Amino acid sequence: MADVLKKVPVREQEPAVRAKNFEEVCYGYNKEEAMEEASRCINCKNAKCIEGCPVSINIPAFIHEVKEGNFEEAYKIIGKSSALPAVCGRVCPQESQCEGKCIRGIKGEPISIGKLERFVADYALENDIKPEKAETTNGHKVAVIGSGPAGLTCAGDLAKLGYDVTVFEALHELGGVLVYGIPEFRLPKKKVVAKEIDKVKELGVKFETNVVIGKSTTIDQLMEDEGFEAVFIGSGAGLPKFMGIPGENANGVFSANEYLTRNNLMKAFDPSYDTPIAAGTKVAVVGGGNVAMDAARTALRLGADVHIVYRRSEEELPARVEEVHHAKEEGVIFDLLTNPTEILVDDNGYVKGMKCVKMALGEPDASGRRRPVVVEGSEFEMELDTVIMSLGTSPNPLISSTTEGLEVNKWKCIVAEESNGKTTKEGVYAGGDAVTGAATVILAMGAGKAGAKGIHEYLSNK
Amino acid sequence: MYKITKAKLLAENIYLMDVEAPRVAKHCEPGQFVIVKIDEHGERVPLTICDYDREAGTVTIVLQTIGASTEKMAHLKEGDYFGDFVGPLGCPSEFVHEDIEELKKKKILFVAGGVGAAPVYPQVKWLHEHGVKADVIVGSKTKDLLILEEEMKAVAGNYYPCTDDGSYGHAGLVTTKIEQLVNEECKKYDLCVAIGPMIMMKFACLTTKKLEIPTIVSMNPIMVDGTGMCGACRLQVGNEVKFACVDGPEFDGHLVDFDQAMKRQQMYKSKEGRALLKVQEGDTHHGGCGHCGGDE
Repeated sequence: MADVLKKVPVREQEPAVRAKNFEEVCYGYNKEEAMEEASRCINCKNAKCIEGCPVSINIPAFIHEVKEGNFEEAYKIIGKSSALPAVCGRVCPQESQCEGKCIRGIKGEPISIGKLERFVADYALENDIKPEKAETTNGHKVAVIGSGPAGLTCAGDLAKLGYDVTVFEALHELGGVLVYGIPEFRLPKKKVVAKEIDKVKELGVKFETNVVIGKSTTIDQLMEDEGFEAVFIGSGAGLPKFMGIPGENANGVFSANEYLTRNNLMKAFDPSYDTPIAAGTKVAVVGGGNVAMDAARTALRLGADVHIVYRRSEEELPARVEEVHHAKEEGVIFDLLTNPTEILVDDNGYVKGMKCVKMALGEPDASGRRRPVVVEGSEFEMELDTVIMSLGTSPNPLISSTTEGLEVNKWKCIVAEESNGKTTKEGVYAGGDAVTGAATVILAMGAGKAGAKGIHEYLSNK
Repeated sequence: MYKITKAKLLAENIYLMDVEAPRVAKHCEPGQFVIVKIDEHGERVPLTICDYDREAGTVTIVLQTIGASTEKMAHLKEGDYFGDFVGPLGCPSEFVHEDIEELKKKKILFVAGGVGAAPVYPQVKWLHEHGVKADVIVGSKTKDLLILEEEMKAVAGNYYPCTDDGSYGHAGLVTTKIEQLVNEECKKYDLCVAIGPMIMMKFACLTTKKLEIPTIVSMNPIMVDGTGMCGACRLQVGNEVKFACVDGPEFDGHLVDFDQAMKRQQMYKSKEGRALLKVQEGDTHHGGCGHCGGDE
């Protein structure tokens, strides 16, 4: 008999093997493992896990169905709340959401809700179980800008309510950050993302790629000329930040966005694709978030020695614990309490190293985290050929600057109400990173749901 | 999919194509560009818009084969399709938003180098349609590589072809022609727009700076998404770092750090060259180019 205080362990690719390939790290549960893990759930009446879920999936109900072996039923329960369960089961920070609230977690390990969600979603993809679509359409046209997690969720929810939804995507492929940002080894593109998007298509949602709103057309034109009665903006936070230190324009300094886009969206790791990537042999990734981990683990797989350079300590790393753990297992070296001051450049304009200082933690700052301060006389140099800046992103002003009456705050984020996504412009709703600045996939999905609710209320009362 | 409705060879390795892209054709203005991707495996290649027909919904692009992706594109014929075609990207030329009457008072000199004639053409044409006559210098290595001559003549005030080898027009570089017009023919210009290879724009700017003519250049650095997302196209312009794709592609040429921009453009040179040779020579490519040592 297994220990009920512990999660059923999940099978993973060996670190030494996976550090050299782009195959998915985690294999997920099989039927037996999923049913065993599900049987650990005590089916709380007042389920805290649901409160922890930004899209309020009825977690105990779907887990109950898994325990009984009714996987299709389990998928339908999840499908009522989430359009992208195979994605969320893989990339949600469950430890701080549903699993963080699990009563089982008080005395032992919480239920492995994320891995169960992934199992159910993968089962549905493999067995081609269709989502339930609206019986009739109501003829109201809604435009959704951006095909990332916020846009897909909003579009899916509105289609289920009978709306005629078109999603506009600026890039040539659908999925937003799910395809350009998150790497293959964490979220397979063909096997998971494309199939999950197919399910949204099956709901009747139309998609148009290669349309940059603000350039190819504008929100006002969509509403005036093309008959869209409401618009949801889920355009994400696309603009990369740099440090502003000397040498940052040298060849070999990339934003994490560029490095990851070349590899993930343009598939530079695969020689049958034309886009090149200068993988680097000695790489430093500056930053400590999930994106930094993704960039570091990508560089590692492309054959480089990789260091994470982060100015605070391990405790403050914003990345998920699982990602840090995986990165370490694979051989990424963490240079913590270290901050770059200059990028050293050779005569031809290429990176040859980076000057850094050591940091110590002082008093807590506004974010509540202890402020890093420079240790006097601690300057040192790292020998490198590539530096990847992973310092966060800010929203792209292309839409806000071309839409009359759409208010933004001082960080260029679109001002929108949290409960329904309502912006300062009538009929226009927004959510996800475009509103909050860079956050997580699931928070964007939560905002997409809220936006769909807001648009439904607006058009129902119009 | 975006249909090619016309494809023709303009000069050696330089191709012109009309592509069906109604959204782009409806909204594009002089100064903007598109990103074109041939198929699933292709790169996103930024190309300048040479002309557009809003009614027909077509956009004219001109491309020069410089790498594997453009080489593949060159083989496309009328009736073929591009996988992806997105735009218009970047900001329109500043004069598009200027007061026409003010603009009519200005003497504008365009300086085009090589395929730079393609992005210069819609600007001169736009001005011509708004009653502004601009002078145009077009430089090329030799007569056979000079493109869009008839089209340009039809919309330009004075048209000055130049060839490096003296086979046609003014013998010498575009910079010597600028100096000749200003110093010998005593022409006065209020604005210069120089578009071409970076090295040509750099020297055109050095010349116009000396002659005190404000100068706009159109930068063509390495790009990936073209919407401000990756930062590959960043440039030092005065004290600021700018993204060519969203802040440009046109900038004050006297503020652009061309030396840095040219170094940045070399980033993938050997890789591109290797990929190009692989396309051209196929299996016969085993290191004969002297650069790459074959496919290892």
